[in-house]
Amino acid sequence: MELLLALTVGILYASGLYLLLRRSLVKVIVGLALLTNGANLLIFTAAGLVRGRPPLVEAGESVPQAPFADPVPQALILTAIVIGFGLQAFAMALAYRVYRESGSEDVDSLRTTEDPSINLPKVGTGE
Amino acid sequence: MSGLVALPLVVMLASSIVALACLRYRRIQEAIALTGMVALVVAAGWLLAETWDGQILVLQAANWPAPFGITLVADLFASIMVMLAAIVGLTATMYSVGTIDADRERYGYYPLMNILVLGVCGAFLTGDLFNLYVWFEVLLVASFVIMALGGGRPQMEGALKYVALNLVSSVLFLSGVGLLYAATGTLNMADLSLRVAEAEADGYMTAVAMLFLTAFGIKAAMFPLFFWLPASYHTAPAPVAALFAGLLTKVGVYALIRVFTLIFTTDVGYTHTIILWLSVATMVTGVLGAVSHNDVKRILSFHIISQIGYMTLGLALFTPLALAGSIFYIGHHIIVKTNLFFVAGVIRRLGGTYELAHLGGLARSRPALAVLFFIPAFSLGGIPPLSGFFAKFVLVRAAADEREFVVLAFALGVGLLTLLSMTKIFVEAFLKPAPDGPPEPAAGAGFWHYTPIAGLAALTLVLGFAAEPFLSAATEAADQLMEPGRYITAVLGEPQ
Repeated sequence: MELLLALTVGILYASGLYLLLRRSLVKVIVGLALLTNGANLLIFTAAGLVRGRPPLVEAGESVPQAPFADPVPQALILTAIVIGFGLQAFAMALAYRVYRESGSEDVDSLRTTEDPSINLPKVGTGE
Repeated sequence: MSGLVALPLVVMLASSIVALACLRYRRIQEAIALTGMVALVVAAGWLLAETWDGQILVLQAANWPAPFGITLVADLFASIMVMLAAIVGLTATMYSVGTIDADRERYGYYPLMNILVLGVCGAFLTGDLFNLYVWFEVLLVASFVIMALGGGRPQMEGALKYVALNLVSSVLFLSGVGLLYAATGTLNMADLSLRVAEAEADGYMTAVAMLFLTAFGIKAAMFPLFFWLPASYHTAPAPVAALFAGLLTKVGVYALIRVFTLIFTTDVGYTHTIILWLSVATMVTGVLGAVSHNDVKRILSFHIISQIGYMTLGLALFTPLALAGSIFYIGHHIIVKTNLFFVAGVIRRLGGTYELAHLGGLARSRPALAVLFFIPAFSLGGIPPLSGFFAKFVLVRAAADEREFVVLAFALGVGLLTLLSMTKIFVEAFLKPAPDGPPEPAAGAGFWHYTPIAGLAALTLVLGFAAEPFLSAATEAADQLMEPGRYITAVLGEPQ
């Protein structure tokens, strides 16, 4: 089971990084999502898998009987999933706004911030 | 007294919630944000006073004993950083009152700013690695929205690059946390320090350390992972750029220093040598980028990168003196850099542009502004007796003590180039005669612009002319970092 999950994590990281390097903005966002999920699975797998042994304390005992599934990684993953979900939603909305502003979803065309010859708008708001 | 550790967080959380409730009333929002930031300065000052003599305050959240619960720790380094965050937050809010337009305010600019500072303070105060990740996300989400708020095409593109690279950094950080937990079974930083020291210094721990170095290196804009910074910071409005420039990269540096003094100290010869040469590369590439540009904000953005190199240099040398230099440098840099972005905003308001070619004559028309620019700019360049001189002096001295003369030469050379590009701004924008042609639309600047600038300039002078107490505080903070035993005992209690 560990081997299968480890391979899955590797595939998720590899494909996530591959997509990040593509020129399409949508693929970049999908790549980020895959990376996040890869990291979640990594925590789950690396912390060790114990099947069918929830960390329940028997009546009369004060600690659960080993071996039991460690609840901490699951709590971490739960938090990370929520955070990752929010960030991905924001990234999608942002990518859509970039597409609306620039009319393109090719990452290579988003160069107005690097080229010193392109000036920022002379009179903007908030300056 | 341990509840005091959470006070800065409670203050910021409260003011962001109240400001959010008053979203429709601009003036009330401004008043709440200002009150909140003043309260934060007071809370941070209190915290700093309590920890000034070397005491380490610890709060175990919900009374769960460490290492099982989440721990908040305020040692001197953390308290200094919270104080600096409060100062930057207050001045940026003051500057925002005079500049930020109604649209941004209506979409929650001030609550977001409070949440951003909340996240920054949380990252400084936490003693738990996963909690640090959560605080990072809090400040990142707020900074993402502030970055993208109300902008046109350049700002959207800048925000996208900023978001994408920071998300990658977060994933790497999370992976590192997972792998570290797998190896040690704990997330409490004090406990991790013990467990990692017990574990054998093998490839696994070094690989995890490198994951953390990469993750925090992206956030701190270290070479070779700094590309997002010059691509994004200069697109944001002046107070936002100032807040980001002053604070956000320094959170990455803080995390680097914390992790590489407390946890990953088993293989210093390997890890810290890598940090050393990355620091040198960061200094050099940053300053070369700055010299090659002719736009005030771009120049200043590249200078952030080169200054980050100095801060991590102190960590890499890994002696008490070098770390003291780093800490003093961070304090000096946060104040000076924030101020320079404020001044850049005023230059733009008066001259209508950030392009040096189209600026000029400001020394004649605005002599006071010229003085206010001169102080932080030449402090950044390291001219005695301004604060930057002492910061650089301590670091150079530490490098000489360690007989790292190549590094020393680079540090001095980069300082010279820094001075060159600050002089360039001063000559082009202030001294040279105003360019002919139709005057650019000028917005003017008033009380809300000059007060934060003058306040920060005064702080720079105090840090320079009365450097002694601040240097001894930095030394004390560095001693605490170099002897993790005190931190560990404060968190976990006396070893049985």
